[in-house]
Parts: sequence; structure tokens; C-alpha cells
Amino acid sequence: MNRLSWFNVVSLTLGFAFLYIPMLILILYSFNESKLVTVWAGFSTKWYGELLQNEAFLNAAWVTLKVAVFSSTLATVLGTIAAYVMIRSGKFFGRTLFSGMIYAPLVMPEVITGLSLLLLFIGIGLDRGVLTIVLAHTTFSMCYVSVVVSSRLVTFDQSLEEAALDLGCSQAEAFRLVTLPIIAPAVISGWLLAFTLSLDDLVIASFTSGPSATTLPIKIFSAVRLGVSPEINALSTIMIAIVTVGVITASLVSKQQAVRQKKEEQAAERAA
Amino acid sequence: MNSTAFAPWEDPEATPLIQFQNVTKRFGDFVAIDDLTIDIYEKEFFALLGPSGCGKTTMMRMLAGFETPTQGKINLAGKDIAPVPPNKRAVNMMFQSYALFPHLSVWENIAFGLKREQMPKNDINDRVEEMLRLTRLEKFARRKPHQISGGQRQRVALARSLAKAPKLLLLDEPLGALDKKLRQETQFELMDIQEKTGTTFVIVTHDQEEAMTVASRVAVMDHGKIIQVATPDRIYETPNSVYVADFIGEVNIIEGTATPNGEDSYAISWAEGQSPLKAASAKPFSEGQKCHVAIRPEKVTINAQKPDGVDNLVQGKILDIAYLGNISTYHVELPSGTVIKAQAANTRRIARRSFTWEDSVWLSWTATAGVLLAE
Repeated sequence: MNRLSWFNVVSLTLGFAFLYIPMLILILYSFNESKLVTVWAGFSTKWYGELLQNEAFLNAAWVTLKVAVFSSTLATVLGTIAAYVMIRSGKFFGRTLFSGMIYAPLVMPEVITGLSLLLLFIGIGLDRGVLTIVLAHTTFSMCYVSVVVSSRLVTFDQSLEEAALDLGCSQAEAFRLVTLPIIAPAVISGWLLAFTLSLDDLVIASFTSGPSATTLPIKIFSAVRLGVSPEINALSTIMIAIVTVGVITASLVSKQQAVRQKKEEQAAERAA
Repeated sequence: MNSTAFAPWEDPEATPLIQFQNVTKRFGDFVAIDDLTIDIYEKEFFALLGPSGCGKTTMMRMLAGFETPTQGKINLAGKDIAPVPPNKRAVNMMFQSYALFPHLSVWENIAFGLKREQMPKNDINDRVEEMLRLTRLEKFARRKPHQISGGQRQRVALARSLAKAPKLLLLDEPLGALDKKLRQETQFELMDIQEKTGTTFVIVTHDQEEAMTVASRVAVMDHGKIIQVATPDRIYETPNSVYVADFIGEVNIIEGTATPNGEDSYAISWAEGQSPLKAASAKPFSEGQKCHVAIRPEKVTINAQKPDGVDNLVQGKILDIAYLGNISTYHVELPSGTVIKAQAANTRRIARRSFTWEDSVWLSWTATAGVLLAE
């Protein structure tokens, strides 16, 4: 391994500074005593306490969580099925068109997705609320799940499924007993991706939410328009903490698993 | 061969377990299997041998049910198997990659097929234990596939495919992933297990040594056709074509024209200024017919001095020596430019060998040593 040259050190510092200084400032000011966001008046955790009293925020957080859980679950089911069919069905007329259409929402401007969903919901007379946000989030996060799952399925050894059929499984049993357990890590990370996307979505949610249901990003956005309060900083800091803990745990677990598997494989070869 | 030897293919009364009847399989324009007809009998260890792309794997996948014939019929125990899906066939397959389920233990892998049959729990336990004993895997029952070695994985795959006691077991390059020594050991294990269980085995391989070692009969394939089906010794000793002779082991092919010379005997003129070769053949050749003499290198004798009283004698210069320890192969160039390979066992120390590179030597072989082939 080469030692870090001064050039590498500088690029690294600049890069990380660019990425994380704004967040650090936000975290710092969430512990500010003063109500004024730009003036430092000593350390305090009082805004965290006040946040817990703010019912509007807590409600929005609850709605956001519900929407994220339902929509990511639904998106995972649909996205996995779509990926499976696209990878496994072989060639059929219009296959390229279909797979292209699954991925199109990835590059579609969110405003357009949101607007078209709004028109649809008005058209069919569906009252805007939690249900419409769940449907909207499912629609756009499904394609992310399908991308993640299909990249796993491409490298999936198809003879595993054939072996299951050969040993007496029906197609459905082969999927449930063999394919799904093996691709489970990809399905789970697809779910996590959909969950995070749903958590921080603002644009589509603002098109499809109604007066009865507001998500946290919408709440924060509208609160900020009236002026940044330290409460918002506190809330954002909590969100950053949750995401950081989640990401670090996930990567530690998967790294540990890989290391253990490697060790066991080596041990087995030595023992043979 | 004595009459009690296992040879159902020579018994006109025997009913074959598998019958391919004029089977053709096309993938688009590509013909993988070309109008193929063959019978395979119960308890046989049948090898499909050929280069990659010759259709051997397609044949196996049609038996397993993963491909259906474009034309023709495949019978298993007298019944057409085309409408039977893979999960309903009394056929199991051992995959080239083993296809062990990584999330299940060795025990669960072997029990997988039995559980699908709704077999009672105690019976499953007994059967899995029996399979573990047969493949000497008792100690590894609780391990996951990635916690055992390659050779053990191969045995798990075998145990899993044998657990359901199939009528027919298909083995797709089963030893391809093992190193040479382990592979040779495993070949004998396979034969042993095949004998113990009495299952019919069909093995696909591109390794001619493997096919020769394990199989009761070998089918040599090329371009979707079976070129020759016979026991390993007959394939080696009496190949029916230059392709088969060349594919199995090493061989010298000498082209010439035949002249009948007494009963079942021919004189082959093959190069100007050389006396014709004597060759015996039960197959008739007409006067002036083009033919090939195929002689195995080990049937060619190499001498420093001119030997007396031999059927065929040529002189040449040693071009190359491949020293393999127990034997050496000498590449001898004749005045006509033809190179003949001769093999000799190294019965003496190499320092005492009476010839070496560039030496002039005499090659000789009997009239019955070679096989006369039309094409």
C-alpha cells in the first residue's frame, strides 16, 4: 500500500469537507442555546426536549414512518417480481421495451411523476391522504428495488433453480425455497433503499398528500419557509444519526459475514 | 469376454431403459442434436463423450426435462417422457457446478428432494443417514456447503441426487472441478456407488480417460450425432472412423490406397519409394480405395538395429522425445516427411537407452496392430 501523498491528503480533505461541513454546522447549531440560528450562545439540548412536545412534528413523523414501511414493502414485492420476470423470461416480443419502461421512472423528473399521479388520483376520485402517498411512493421506488434485485439475479446460478425442479419442486416452490432465500440480501437492501427514498421524498409527497396527512419532509420544508428554527436542526440531527447508525451497522454486519465465510472456506480446504 | 459379463446391449431380448428415437433438437438455426437414435439399458454406466458443443449436454438436459426435443421421441421405461415436467420425472441430475443450496446444511441439501415427496420424517432421517454413510459424509452433516472442500461438495451433490433413488442418474461433468488425483479416486468411488445402488448412470464428459475408466459403454459424439457407441476397449481398439481414433488417445494415421492381398489382408501403398504396408481388416476394401491406417503409438516398436521377420518396417530419425517417466513417446520422422509416434516403456534407466535425438531408428508393427479405416 502506498503512503498518502500530500496531493491525496488535500483532495481527500477537500472532498470530505465539501460533503460534510454543511451537516456538521447543522449538528452543531442543534445544540445551540440561542433561538437565533446564526448566533452561538452556549451548549444546550433544550431543542431536543421541545421537539418531543411538538405534536405536529411527531404526527408528521408517524405518517412518514407508516408511508415508508408500507410503500417500501409493496415496492419490494412488485420490484422483485418484475426483476425476476425480466431476467428469467428469456426473449419475448417487446422485452427491451418492457425492461426499459421499468427503469424509466429512475430518470423521470419527480415533478412530472408527482403531477401525473395527482391527476390520476383526482381522476379516479381518490381522496389524498396516507393511501395516495403510499401508492405514489410504491410507484417510483419499485424501479429502484427492481434494479437492485435484477443485478443480483443476473449473477444467480440458474442451475440452483433447475436442481430444485429436478428434486421435485414446482416453479413456485423453487422460488420460495431456493431463489428467495439466496437473493434475500439483495431484496432486503432493495427494501432499505425504497424505505430511505420514501423517508426523504418531498416533491412527490407534496403532490399526493392531502390535508389529513403530512410527511416530515413537507413539514420541515414548510417550517423552514417561515424561518429556520433550532428545533428543525435538532430534528435533522436525529435523522442524520439514525441514518448513520443504520448504514454503519449494515456495512459492519455484511463485512463480518464475508470475513467469516472466507475463513470457513479456507478452513474447509485445509481440512480436506 | 465371457457370457456372464454385463452386456445387455448384446442381448436382443433386453428392453432398454432409455430410448432416443430419431431425436432432433434445434435452437433457432443451430442443430444441437441431429436425428439421433440410441438405446441405454438398465444398470448401465453410459458415457457421452465429445468436444464442447457436440450436443452431449443437450441430450442430458432433454432427459432431465429442461429441454424438449424438436422432433422425435424419448422413452423412459417404455413411456414417452416429453409431457412429464422435470419435477415429476424419476430422473435426477448431478450438476456440473454441483448446484448445492448455499443456505441449507449438507443434511438439508440431501433431504431436500425427500421432503418434496412428503416422505414421513423418520424415513427421511433414515434415508439421509444412509446417503451420508454411502458418500462418507457423516461428519459433515451440519456444515454448510461453503464450509466443506471441493471433493466433499462433489459427494454431497451425488448424495442429494441419489437420495430419491431415481431410475436414472445424470451426471454433467461431475468431476470437472476436482484436481487430477482427487478425480481419479472419485472415479472409482463413482463406479463403486453405481454398482452398490444399481442405478443407471449417464455421464457427460469431455475427458476421454474419465469416460474410459468409468463407463460400461461410451458414445463418441460430434456435431449432434453419435459417431460410435461401444465398450471402452472396442472404442480404443477398433474405432470406426478417423474421428473416433483421433479423439480417443494418441494415434498415427497413415493415408494410402488399398490393394486386396489374400483373405482379410491388404497392401497399402502410402508413399513413393516405400514398400507397401501390410494391414489386416475384416471390413472389405476394394482395389485402389482410399483408406487410413490407424496405429496406436504403443503398438509401434522402436529399435536401434534393424529387426527381422516383421510385417511392417520403416526407418526414420528421432525428432522429439516426450519423457513421461514410466514411458517415453518418440516422434520419428520418416524420409517422406511423415512423423510416426512410437511409445516404449522405460524398463531401463534413461542413461542406458540406446538411442536419442537425431538417431536413426527402425519402427515396426504387425499387420494386425493397426485398424484400416475408410474415413
